[in-house]
Amino acid sequence: MSDFNFTRRTFLATSSAAALTMGAPMAFAAEQIKIGFVYVGPVGDHGWTHGHDLGRKAVEKKFGDKVKTTFVENVAEGPDAERVIRQLASSGHQLIFTTSFGFMNPTLKVAKQFPNVKFEHATGYKTAPNVSVYNARFHQGRAVIGTIAGHMSKSGVAGYIASFPIPEVVMGINAFTLAAQKVNPTFKTKVVWVNSWYDPGKESDATKTLIDQGADMITQHTDSPAPLQVAESRGVFGFGQASDMKAYAPRAQLTSILDDWSDYYIQRTQDVMDGTWKSQNVWYGMKEGMVKFAPDGDSITDAARDAAEKVRKGILDGSMHAFTGPIKNQKGEEMLPAGQSLTDEQLAIMDWYVQGVQS
Amino acid sequence: MSLKIERRQELDLRMFYMTPVLAVVLTVLAGFLLFMFMGYDPFLGIYYFFISPLLSGYGLAELGLKASPLILIAVGLAIGFRANVWNIGAEGQLTMGAVAGGGLALALIDVQGFWVLPLICIAGILGGMAWAAIPAFLKARWDVNEILTSLMLTYVATLFLSTLVFGPWKDPMGFNFPQSEMFSDSAILPIVLEGTRLHLGVIVALLVAVAGWVLMTRTIIGFQVRVVGQAPAAAAFAGFSRKRMIWLSLLTSGGLAGLAGLFEVAGPIGQLIPSISPGYGFTAIIVAFLGRLHPIGIIGAGLIMALSYIGGENAQVEAGMPQAVTGLFQGLLLFFLLASDFLARYRIRFEAPTSRTTARKEASAQ
Repeated sequence: MSDFNFTRRTFLATSSAAALTMGAPMAFAAEQIKIGFVYVGPVGDHGWTHGHDLGRKAVEKKFGDKVKTTFVENVAEGPDAERVIRQLASSGHQLIFTTSFGFMNPTLKVAKQFPNVKFEHATGYKTAPNVSVYNARFHQGRAVIGTIAGHMSKSGVAGYIASFPIPEVVMGINAFTLAAQKVNPTFKTKVVWVNSWYDPGKESDATKTLIDQGADMITQHTDSPAPLQVAESRGVFGFGQASDMKAYAPRAQLTSILDDWSDYYIQRTQDVMDGTWKSQNVWYGMKEGMVKFAPDGDSITDAARDAAEKVRKGILDGSMHAFTGPIKNQKGEEMLPAGQSLTDEQLAIMDWYVQGVQS
Repeated sequence: MSLKIERRQELDLRMFYMTPVLAVVLTVLAGFLLFMFMGYDPFLGIYYFFISPLLSGYGLAELGLKASPLILIAVGLAIGFRANVWNIGAEGQLTMGAVAGGGLALALIDVQGFWVLPLICIAGILGGMAWAAIPAFLKARWDVNEILTSLMLTYVATLFLSTLVFGPWKDPMGFNFPQSEMFSDSAILPIVLEGTRLHLGVIVALLVAVAGWVLMTRTIIGFQVRVVGQAPAAAAFAGFSRKRMIWLSLLTSGGLAGLAGLFEVAGPIGQLIPSISPGYGFTAIIVAFLGRLHPIGIIGAGLIMALSYIGGENAQVEAGMPQAVTGLFQGLLLFFLLASDFLARYRIRFEAPTSRTTARKEASAQ
């Protein structure tokens, strides 16, 4: 018993001492704001969550002592998310980024209880006076890599490893296929759904199947480098996802679509500091620097590089759109007449595939 | 000198029930060392991990919320485990409970009434039972291994739920995202403690644990379950039906898992989404054994498991520790539990070297 008391006493002493030392720098930097990040996956060194964590580091680098960032990784989309978000809000974080679609309702619930905390939810659609929504136009990147695939593919068949049939993924498949068909009108995209955002085993099995079915271009809307590694070993080409994956496939990676959240996170932090933060719903793309590309791979042909550059410039200056008519669906019905482009509203609920997609 | 492991003649019951406590204490001590080597203040680490989540009413409510599905499922599983029926597929039964009850909640979305909630609870139980009935039938009829069938049916269940929320049950106003509409207020479990998320289901989970304890210790069914598990021959001789036990264990555990799933969707989630459980059905297996297959022990084990999750989140937010620490703690806990269990059942004896030299002498003499 006396032992226990002793331990408890030392414990109390230590923790109060710690509280004092912790209190000091906070009093010193009265202006410091705390920013919380909720991640759906592990930080790791590639993929979706890694991209958001690079954004967090960019905020730290830019603002130094003026900010303190906290992140919680591997948060399940469900009841656990609400507790984590609430804890960040109640422990003094003034700006909280929740970086997965499944955090939408939990974010809104907590936001209601903490009207003075600002929330930023990635990829959702519900906003509130203190909840903003932001997302990236990944389909713009898909149009660029689709162009490359159209030029480089000999079989005219691409393999697409897809996660879940939500509009963002459907849009990506369509944008990729349409761009490739501009080069090769008979181009086909075969899709395998792995029902996961990250499952190296399933992703590599799917890739092998697709290559066996004639695909010589591999692209993915999942997070692991497994598809590229299979592409590398089977002598076909592919594209990285969310971060540069060249280290995993030095020959096979032609380029990679990069998610860059840094500018947005820095901007929103600045807004909170200046007191100018307002709820908004933004969908940024290549123009705003949210969608970027890894350096071209060595195997890319000049024709493919030039064509991709043209598409990239066209999207940047607004003269080109990833979804321009005529567009037909899988049954051959015309969904969009020539000369028109799909609106953001139409894209946001896209649940049909263009002709040439085999899903 | 040689090491010899031999079974203890009699299992010391006090040791048997003390080992989980010992395992928890050893885990905390190991955690202390771990924090020290990781360069954190070990006292603060322990404080953030194990103590600060318990210091507020909200924290305690969250603990109950997180523990209740684990307790509910583990109480059901423990009955089966005692009867040597190994239901590994509680996760699937949980999912089907959520599908059945949640589906009914969606069908009744425009209906108000106090009877809606009991009705969807019953649907949840029946959904879980129906899913568990498949391995029960296969086992009772053809002696098919229930470990395999129940486990594999889990994947079928989660894909079935996905099919529904990506397809017919998708919220028509939800931009094609895979979520159902939010349930009506009549289908949502009432909050017991204002300002927290502690709902009626948590109270039900505790009552179920008590009922499970009564069933196992005070009724003839409980007696039969234990005899069938511990001495199948004696049970057969006494005329206890093994098939009946298979059905009883699987339907009970399936029904409770289904109810746990329904409590998640009619509680903190409030709608159907593609994944409704972060593996509660599997974690509950650990909880059942950590709680010594005893309903009261399971309450404690469920709370400790829940604390390890919540404490891990807390340590990430407050001290910037990596998430892997949570997994490490759970691993340590299991390691110490199994190790101390082993030492409670077996003893390690150091044998004098004489026997070996004698043996060698004998060998050379021949």
